[in-house]
Amino acid sequence: MSILIDKKTRLIVQGLTGREGTFHAKQAAAYGTTVVGGVTPGKGGTSHEGWPIFDTVQDAVKQTGANASVIFVPPPFAADAVMEAADGGLALVVCITEGIPTLDMMRAMTFLKERPATRLVGPNCPGLISPGKAKAGIIPGNICKEGRIGIVSKSGTLTYEAIHQLTRLGMGQSTCIGIGGDPLIGTSHIDALQLFGEDPETDAVIMIGEIGGNAEEDAAAWIKDNFTKPVVGFIAGQTAPPGRRMGHAGAIIAGGKGTAAEKMAALTAAGVKVVQSPADMGAAIKALL
Amino acid sequence: MKIHEYQAKAILARHGVPVPRGEVTSDAAEAGEIAKRLGGAVVVVKAQIHAGGRGKGGGVKLAKSPAQAVQLARNMIGMTLITHQTGPEGRVVGRVLVEEGLQMTRELYLSIVLDRAAGKPVIMASAAGGMDIEEVAEKTPEKIVRVYIEPGVGIVPFEARQLGFGIGLDGAQVNKFVKVVSALYDAYLATDSSLLEINPLVVTAAGDLLALDAKMNFDDNSLYRHADIKELRDLGEEDPLEIEASKFNLNYIHLDGNIGCMVNGAGLAMATMDIIKLAGGEPANFLDVGGGANAEQIRNAFKILMSDKNVKAVLINIFGGILRCDVLAQGVIAAVKELGVPVPIVIRMEGTNVDEGKRLLRESGMQLTTADSMDEAAKKVVELAG
Repeated sequence: MSILIDKKTRLIVQGLTGREGTFHAKQAAAYGTTVVGGVTPGKGGTSHEGWPIFDTVQDAVKQTGANASVIFVPPPFAADAVMEAADGGLALVVCITEGIPTLDMMRAMTFLKERPATRLVGPNCPGLISPGKAKAGIIPGNICKEGRIGIVSKSGTLTYEAIHQLTRLGMGQSTCIGIGGDPLIGTSHIDALQLFGEDPETDAVIMIGEIGGNAEEDAAAWIKDNFTKPVVGFIAGQTAPPGRRMGHAGAIIAGGKGTAAEKMAALTAAGVKVVQSPADMGAAIKALL
Repeated sequence: MKIHEYQAKAILARHGVPVPRGEVTSDAAEAGEIAKRLGGAVVVVKAQIHAGGRGKGGGVKLAKSPAQAVQLARNMIGMTLITHQTGPEGRVVGRVLVEEGLQMTRELYLSIVLDRAAGKPVIMASAAGGMDIEEVAEKTPEKIVRVYIEPGVGIVPFEARQLGFGIGLDGAQVNKFVKVVSALYDAYLATDSSLLEINPLVVTAAGDLLALDAKMNFDDNSLYRHADIKELRDLGEEDPLEIEASKFNLNYIHLDGNIGCMVNGAGLAMATMDIIKLAGGEPANFLDVGGGANAEQIRNAFKILMSDKNVKAVLINIFGGILRCDVLAQGVIAAVKELGVPVPIVIRMEGTNVDEGKRLLRESGMQLTTADSMDEAAKKVVELAG
């Protein structure tokens, strides 16, 4: 099994006619994902690379029976696209876009609270993949292997690194989710862990966090009380200077809070096997199973 | 993005937050003229740098006459001000703000930031103004009053009253406080601020409320819609290499070590710094070339790494997703052709088109060290850096 995305996923791409949208729609389809169409306002009724294009998400859902969307829309318009997808009733909305203004996202999150049937993943994330089944986003399919380890991560390429280590060690993945490095995100570490906990075919989880905020501390507290599967944790930014935004909008140690040391201590106290080196994530999972 | 106190006060004043009268100058003689225009009585001369703790560092002083204001400004302009926020190297003061001196009876604290967990702005107020708020939060958390604002509704007067009465203001003061809080929230929304802090907000002997200091940071992601704020950027406050990198849209942060690193993705870039440290080395920088980097971008990134004279070895760690390894290899080869190989370079790459990338590097005949894992790459680069 897997979580959130599988063979039943019918995916639309918001921003399909753009360069990134086109490239990744083709990649997703080539991986075996059922991509049913795209949304680009003003281009409704046309087709692009064989896919029908719609003006609105509402039209796309009506015509194609889509149940998920992946968003490749430039930052000034991306929060709008997220809200449109939620309003269209899609169960899963994956926003890849990096650079969305925080206040735009704050309004979008308020809008989403009224539409609990929609789960947002991201923004500023690589999306998700259930190896051998389907993907929504930009995680390269060729490094993945079907299997029983879940990955949840704030970082894109660090997720690839974890996948690669597992695959090299002969361990496949059930689902890999990049939840994004922005201050406001739709799916938290806890949300993903809860889903992995309920998935009978996920045996263990790699959880990757980074400096900034206290989502990892919250996850640690939750794991302690609720999660019984083995977890390996890594926190990026152990050497990051305070007060500097490390690439991701959310990756900043502010007022002495959000350090890697605090997060690692909280996770360790919750029974998570925390590795200091990013090179040890795969080996640590292997040792636990 | 950060701005100076005088710039923040100008923005706040436009939104209706009362601020002291004052003017900014980079000319010491002008400081005397400003003091005269302010009435010739006591003025405060304040060094303008992007860091807190200026008072303790000698960057905020009282002048009893225009002549003394000139003297103080002369001492401050051009001085290197060291505070607990500047690091040991300090910051050179380029301008001073000259403001009217005020008789005050109380110093309060007021700020707005985003609370990530709640997904809402939080307004914090405290009766313990003029102190480091982190210290207040740690030692006397009960002195901080908070309200969370519903994004769809905005600030409601009762919320501001809760804050005002919560920090011990009387009825007449609370009426003024409500206006300040609501003006502050307007400014927060209108400017896409990521931090708005007034510390202290003072109550004067006449019973007025004024922002004696002001700090505003802005959400970098929103700057595309704030041309006016973008213009307030002070390049004098930034590291020259970081300014250069920002021209090419590279995420670069200059650090103290001697191992330069070039990585794609912010998380992997941080993890690469971490693994260098674990292997016994010190990273010279954080550098995320981004997911969609092209050969030209790689060349620019390489140039910036090389212009840091402390760099004794370079680690290139790329996990190709969108960025293909062959494109990376082309960029590195072009950069090395142009700049030579002034220091040892270790390359670790994985992912899309990795075999083609490795072949290009091999056939280039260049003296590059390759590694198959992050671990191996870190060990090799630390050894080569000596």
